Amino acid sequence: MTKEWTPRIVAFFCNWCTYTAADLAGVSRMKYAANTRTIRLMCSGRVDPQFILEAFARGADGVLIGGCHPNDCHYGEGNYKMLRRFALLQRMLQDLGIGEERLRLEWISAAEGEKVKSVINDMVKKITALGPLDLPGKCADWDRELTELAPAVEPAPVESEVTHA
Amino acid sequence: MDKVNGNHDVRIGFYVCQCGHNIAAMVDCAELAKYVGQLPNVVLSRDYKYMCSDPGQELIQKDIKEFGLNRIVVASCSPLLHEHTFRSAVEAGGLNPFFFHMVNIREHVSWVHTDRAEATAKARALARAAIRRVAHHRALEVKKVPVHPDVLVVGGGIAGIHAALTLAKAGKKVYLVEREPSIGGHMAKFDKTFPTLDCAACILTPKMSEVGSHPNITLWSHSEVVKMDGYVGNYTVKIKRKPRYINEDLCTGCQECISHCVYKEPKFHDDFNEGLGKRKPVYIPFPQATPQVVLIDPEVCLNFKRGVLTDKCKKPCVEACGDRKAIDFKQKEELKEIKVGTIIVATGFQTFDVGRMPQYGYGRYPNVYTALEVERLVNASGPTAGDVILRDGCHPKSIGIIHCVGSRDKNTNRWCSRVCCMYSMKLAHLLKEHTEAEIYNFYIDIRAPGKGYEEFYDKLLEEGVHFIRGRVGEVTDWAFIPEEEGKLVIRVEDTLAGVVRRIPVDMVVLATGLEPQADAQDVRRLFNMSCGSEGFFLERHPKLAPVNTFTDGVYLAGCCQSPKDIPDSVAQAGAAAAEAMVLIDKGHIEQEPNTAFVVEAECSGCKSCIPLCPYTAITLNEGSKKAVINEALCKGCGTCVAACPSGSIVQNLFDDEEVFSEIQGVLAYD
Amino acid sequence: MKYSYFPGCSLKGTGRAYEESLLPVLKVLGVELEELDDWNCCGATAYMAVDEVKACVMASRNLAIAEKAGHKELLAPCSACYLVLNKTKHYLHESPVVEAVVQKALRQANLSYSGNTPVRHPLDVLVNNVGIEEIKKHVKHPLKGLKVAPYYGCQIVRPYATFDDQYNPTTMDRLLEAIGCAMVTYPLKTRCCGGSLTGTLPEPGLLCSYILLKEAITRGADLIATVCPLCQFNLDCYRDKMVGRWGNETIPDPRNKDARVPVGPYLDIPVVFFTQLIGLAFGLSEKELGLQRGFAPMRKPACAQPQPAAA
Repeated sequence: MTKEWTPRIVAFFCNWCTYTAADLAGVSRMKYAANTRTIRLMCSGRVDPQFILEAFARGADGVLIGGCHPNDCHYGEGNYKMLRRFALLQRMLQDLGIGEERLRLEWISAAEGEKVKSVINDMVKKITALGPLDLPGKCADWDRELTELAPAVEPAPVESEVTHA
Repeated sequence: MDKVNGNHDVRIGFYVCQCGHNIAAMVDCAELAKYVGQLPNVVLSRDYKYMCSDPGQELIQKDIKEFGLNRIVVASCSPLLHEHTFRSAVEAGGLNPFFFHMVNIREHVSWVHTDRAEATAKARALARAAIRRVAHHRALEVKKVPVHPDVLVVGGGIAGIHAALTLAKAGKKVYLVEREPSIGGHMAKFDKTFPTLDCAACILTPKMSEVGSHPNITLWSHSEVVKMDGYVGNYTVKIKRKPRYINEDLCTGCQECISHCVYKEPKFHDDFNEGLGKRKPVYIPFPQATPQVVLIDPEVCLNFKRGVLTDKCKKPCVEACGDRKAIDFKQKEELKEIKVGTIIVATGFQTFDVGRMPQYGYGRYPNVYTALEVERLVNASGPTAGDVILRDGCHPKSIGIIHCVGSRDKNTNRWCSRVCCMYSMKLAHLLKEHTEAEIYNFYIDIRAPGKGYEEFYDKLLEEGVHFIRGRVGEVTDWAFIPEEEGKLVIRVEDTLAGVVRRIPVDMVVLATGLEPQADAQDVRRLFNMSCGSEGFFLERHPKLAPVNTFTDGVYLAGCCQSPKDIPDSVAQAGAAAAEAMVLIDKGHIEQEPNTAFVVEAECSGCKSCIPLCPYTAITLNEGSKKAVINEALCKGCGTCVAACPSGSIVQNLFDDEEVFSEIQGVLAYD
Repeated sequence: MKYSYFPGCSLKGTGRAYEESLLPVLKVLGVELEELDDWNCCGATAYMAVDEVKACVMASRNLAIAEKAGHKELLAPCSACYLVLNKTKHYLHESPVVEAVVQKALRQANLSYSGNTPVRHPLDVLVNNVGIEEIKKHVKHPLKGLKVAPYYGCQIVRPYATFDDQYNPTTMDRLLEAIGCAMVTYPLKTRCCGGSLTGTLPEPGLLCSYILLKEAITRGADLIATVCPLCQFNLDCYRDKMVGRWGNETIPDPRNKDARVPVGPYLDIPVVFFTQLIGLAFGLSEKELGLQRGFAPMRKPACAQPQPAAA
């Protein structure tokens, strides 16, 4: 089935601020793009870098993290911890060839339903311009490439002794 | 194809709620139910009109028994709204409530998207994620945390007073903390209240006096909350008691000290009278102040210089006080610490700063007044004993009252302040009574929604008050014709007549709107609350939970939550008191068991987690050299879980497996 | 300090006294101006009212030339030019449609505009860049005792009020106080003078200007200081018509508040540009400052009381 590609974005929203703001956007009947899939966590501090990498590995084109504004975290400082991880992760993503524009961190307070709408719309626009990431597809391609190439490669002679550096 | 997860027989019941049209209009519920029905582990999949209704809940309970279900997933509205409802239903059906998971396909899908196919696809993805996740759920018990029976009420206006009295009469011990030297709030400044024209002081002072004498209420006026620690049911609050330089227990309120003060005439700015009157350095805020105790202002008292004691004054006040010995110049600020289980925040409002609307001439023209100033002017116990005499000494023969000053305006405050139309009409009535002047009210709409309010408006029309529909553009003193010389001219478009008018008056009254207190942001951080976009404290749900906040155990009452009149403030105060009583009488609060725990066998003792916890719940067990989490202190934020390098910390309800399965679920291809 | 300078049509025509007084004053203060090469009419209020997009194109040609000239900022003394140029900048920034049309038109003339050249007003530059203290240093003859009604007009405060308060501007007040003048309380600082209406619909147009003159007289001003050539023109050039229409209206006698006098004789209150006053305080001559161009003569400050004019 050929369907026109549209980005799939996994969103990790903190319960107290961003998830509530998304509910507010719903209650206010604001309309925005349907490309996000929200996963509710208690705090943005719970977001493990592995979640983000898993999301990309499973086929997400973008990951959005929503937390409380600095100084307003329901648990005090969880959002600061998230910010630290985010900064490091962004650099890692560059090295992995994923591109740091695909990961986005936004501070959205419980009253900012409008911001949820504008951030999602903006992110969908930007990721659509970037095109699909499709890591599972790429991995499958690379696997196929390797299996196709394998017979053409001569096995290296086996070392009889292990040499230490 | 999806792989089966979980190590025992998982039997999931899935329900899609149509929510009438709310969900069904944008999400194909039947299709969704059918799709989920063929996913692994799903035993039955239904769509139903209203899942949260009694029959809906009974359906779940019946299915659990009939089909031996051990997991329930409901796709409907936001978990913030009905997660609790469904968990209770599942529990009533004989299953541990934490085998339940909820999918938000209303606030996050049907209400915010416009393409049915896209919305249904998103709903499918979210449902698939939930199906995968719920397989990993474990049975959990709610945490029961005991609730301290005492209550703190912050703010002694009418809302705070009513809440405190309600709780005190129910036998609870209440601390009432008020920043000003007396309780009473803004209501104490009013002359009469609409629509009954009851004298404000007459209905307020009995309540104030009850607060002052009630054995269950500890009244700390001239005090502020400086820190709140702890968690729901167990708050430790530090309160700063500012020095009055008077011993409250010894002062009898005789006010001899005031008459004997070296200042024979009062000459300092009187806050209570909105600057229209003057007071001495030793003063009582107003005659009916509670507590009935004077205080000394160190900024202007001769015995102090810039707040520091100099001992320069003869101190006739001390002599006048005599045997009572109530004056204590050496009094220092006192820090009190209390333990309470619940807190009611009723810190009220401030009036709009008219300096932000320079076109109305406040400050530039002496005869432009704010509504609060006029309340003091017409008040029999005000600075002019109720004689409406203007700053330039004249009695006004014509008065213009301008509605919506600062409100309903993109340039200042967007909202309607709700009480201004009513109090403007009240002031029109009072001013007409006092002065027989021609009165003009300039309005955009007349908002008179309460009981007896529309009838009050009718009465005003019969009294001959002129109502002109139009937003006043300017108050100015330049005269176009000789008759306008020496007057204030109100320039306004009379939209019903279709002409621009110039109306010369002697006095202008600005109906200033209500806004959040200047330090609302600081106060809300103090109590771990949020503010809405306008700056008022945020309620948990605008319709169903207007007095609760997102922090359990902290409640709101009165204008600090949004502008409202006295009847509504009192009603909200009662509601907040009732909510507090729910916790206190139950004796404990049930907390979501989303705490974290360390799997000792996997902990490497690296100590990365210990400094991360904002509640210092993690410590190192000296014996095993492994991290251990105190469940009573853990609030379930999950920061340590994400940070642990060996992944040995697990969070109930949000453990790694559950989240990973959700991620995989939303992304698995169709 | 060096600025590009856009005089506009008025400053070379009926408003030439403004340029004549502005240039020497700025020279004394060390502010250098370089007139734009081959500038064109900005379109003023007239063209903006007829076709906004085309008006933007015309105005942006000047902005493009200014950018090419290389100085950081553009000085536009005439209020209408100042507003049109700023409005054009706003529209270019906010409307992709206008931006597209304008850039296309500019390309035809081998020009382009990146949107980065600020357009400044002399009041702004004098108060915020040169500074009141610096101006005070150059005052040779403080205009002590001269009572001035400061009239700003509408275009430098509406719709954009970037360097002064929108409702109650004070830059000119502060400038003129620095040279010794006494400001009278003037509630009509930013009220419309009638603008082009004096030409198209004289009845309401003249009334607007008359109101301004009357209030200044009633407040006891010796003269009115303006910043806009059209305001100055409207207030200055129709006195005979005003006397004819409203000369018999009475006002409180400025010397004796209990009596009333007809306003007619007082309607020859001088209307000058604020730069002319600053020039006088700096010791420049009347001829240099173009003071002889006013319809109502303004003598040196010592005898600045209005004399009843011949009817």
